Amino acid sequence: MKAESFEKIVDHALADRQLQVALDRGTTRGVNARLLAMSETTDAQALRHQARLARERALNQLPELLEQLERNIIANGGHVLWARDAAELNQHVLTICRQHNVRRVVKGKSMVTEETALNHALEQEGIDVVESDLGEYIIQLAGETPSHIVFPMLHKTKEATAQLLHDKLGMPLTDQPEAMTRFVRGVMRQKYLQADLGISGVNFAIAETGTIATVENEGNNRLSISAPPVHVAVMGLEKVIATWEDYAVLVQLLARSATGQRMTVYNNLISGPRRPDEPDGPEAFYLIILDNGRSRILASEYAESLACIRCGACLNACPVYQNIGGHAYGWVYPGPIGSIITPLLRGPLTAPKLPYASSLCGACQAACPVEINIPDMLLKLRRDLVQAGDPSLGWRLGMKGWAVAFKSPMLYRLGGRIAGWLTRVLARGKGHLRWLPPPFNGWTAHRDFPAFGTPSFRERYLRRFKGQPHDSKKP
Amino acid sequence: MQLAAYQRLPPVGEYNLYRRRMLPLPGMAKRVAYFVTCIADTVFPEIGEAAFEVLARAGVTPEFPLGQTCCGQPAFNAGFTDEARQVAEHFVEVFAGYEAIVTPSGSCASMVKHYYPALFRGHPRQADALHIAARTYELTEYLVDVLGVRDLGVALPRPTRAAIHDACHGYRGLGIARQPRLLLSHVRNLTLVEMVGHDQCCGFGGLFAIKMSAISGAMLRDKLAAIQDADCDLVITGDASCMMHINGGLSRAGSPKRVVHIAQVLAGALK
Ligand code: SF4
Repeated sequence: MKAESFEKIVDHALADRQLQVALDRGTTRGVNARLLAMSETTDAQALRHQARLARERALNQLPELLEQLERNIIANGGHVLWARDAAELNQHVLTICRQHNVRRVVKGKSMVTEETALNHALEQEGIDVVESDLGEYIIQLAGETPSHIVFPMLHKTKEATAQLLHDKLGMPLTDQPEAMTRFVRGVMRQKYLQADLGISGVNFAIAETGTIATVENEGNNRLSISAPPVHVAVMGLEKVIATWEDYAVLVQLLARSATGQRMTVYNNLISGPRRPDEPDGPEAFYLIILDNGRSRILASEYAESLACIRCGACLNACPVYQNIGGHAYGWVYPGPIGSIITPLLRGPLTAPKLPYASSLCGACQAACPVEINIPDMLLKLRRDLVQAGDPSLGWRLGMKGWAVAFKSPMLYRLGGRIAGWLTRVLARGKGHLRWLPPPFNGWTAHRDFPAFGTPSFRERYLRRFKGQPHDSKKP
Repeated sequence: MQLAAYQRLPPVGEYNLYRRRMLPLPGMAKRVAYFVTCIADTVFPEIGEAAFEVLARAGVTPEFPLGQTCCGQPAFNAGFTDEARQVAEHFVEVFAGYEAIVTPSGSCASMVKHYYPALFRGHPRQADALHIAARTYELTEYLVDVLGVRDLGVALPRPTRAAIHDACHGYRGLGIARQPRLLLSHVRNLTLVEMVGHDQCCGFGGLFAIKMSAISGAMLRDKLAAIQDADCDLVITGDASCMMHINGGLSRAGSPKRVVHIAQVLAGALK
């Protein structure tokens, strides 16, 4: 994945006090807000089911919907560009910049542009990019990357953020988030007015009218896509949905799951450039639709992962994410959904640890507004890794041996007896062991291991129930 | 497929057509099998015994097929599907034909219920595997939902405040939450208290605890903190594996609190 091993990164994250405080606060707030907002609905389960169906409907007719979207956007006076991969998307944006003589870009929150590293591509061409999302802007100031798909600076405490703003922008120190927001807004708003081009992500693209929808709470995105003369929206091709009815279901679930709001403060709906009779809005509108591996996923048994609406609920709910934070996942998409789409988008062997970084507890699936079965996909990715020969020879032989022993009642009993005897010897009468040999020392690094009870249940059963009916099949 | 399954039917007498179709024969004793699980057989035989005892108390003395080993979950969860299937084939061999298979583990029950159908797709024993998947129950689920048991007439030796740790696979995989609470609410001398994060994973996750030891250890610390904060003397759970994991942490931390398996409580086996 990268020079530093996943285990090392995890160790650093676990030892980082600031990070741990930020994670505790951020994820707890996220989980509680979602639970409260979902509990207000008359039937949360029915709503989730409806949302799931809306996403399935879209994925089942994706090519048709994308073409419909394209037709309608063009009819509305916009342009549609298709990008097979990250490089092509960035190239499209650069071409547009050249056409319109763009020097300054303001960019709203968009995970897809993180995926393609668009900022970097623009900066290399000497184009100035400023993030308009408050969190993204602060992350950009710090020279970091987002650690959460909804709260990009979830890894930072408000104290650390205040210090950063003080150091970089000379903000007077405060621990009031509102005061920080006000201060940064003052700095940022200037930049939108100077920008030649605004870039935004897309939360949903409604095919029936060719409308793109974005949600936000700061109004910055709205300003940054309506003030500059050119608006470029970028989306992964899975973002399309069929109808406004589907939008109505999905948009409220997105808000409730992501931030615990009934509705986000701003719900922007853009159907094209400014019309002749309209007072403002951009003169040109482009929609870039990115594949970058998504159509391959759609054709695979992992298609369900494309139903994701990027609400971040699974991140907050995940006890692994709660402990290691987003950066440990090594790429743009962290958390449970990241553990699935990162290997899918970039190839399974680029992130061989991620599918294993889960206890399969299912908290993600329970939190997901579109009921994505993340644990099952993690299991399938593990299977793929095994088939690709990823696990070490030791593990593979171990599993082979395990299967041989556990499909034979005789070997199973013999193994149980030997293991039981060993644990009892090593426990030396204390009932538990503090140390096990590798590879089991991973266990005893953090907890004791019990000495096996004796005799086994099977033996107890035979003693007590001799002569009574039990299975006639010979063991 | 259908025909092949029919041809492989064992001689009448060992088990018969009716049972294979899930129809109980009128006036005939139910054939209920007990799957003790490998961990409650070898590591915690007292749990295996307690759960058996509870079933007997509820009026269903199950058969214990002697050839049983494991459901195959350890390999399956590690991605070793072929190895898991080999062990699952043995499981199907042993448990085919029973009307119900009851096990004191939500995790093993969910392995059989959720993953056997796919594991045996197109397999010669698919029909048996599907039958088994549909007829496997976690202990409290079987007691409450199938047998209609509420009060097992047990008491704890002294007044005890207990919190429940909802083990992940039973809780989210099988929706088991109401059943243990209902059964425990009838145990004399026991007051149930809710624990913050009662449904949060303890970090066990099978080989996860070994392969991802640091993350698993951090999750365990969160769980231990929740138990420490909870106003309880005892923690009760439905899975021996989570119990082993949390107790390993409690013992390492020198805490006096312990987790017990719900079968031990319901069998009146606590001293
Ligand atoms: S997988 Fe589900 S919970 Fe996670 S971000 Fe996507 S929609 Fe939200």
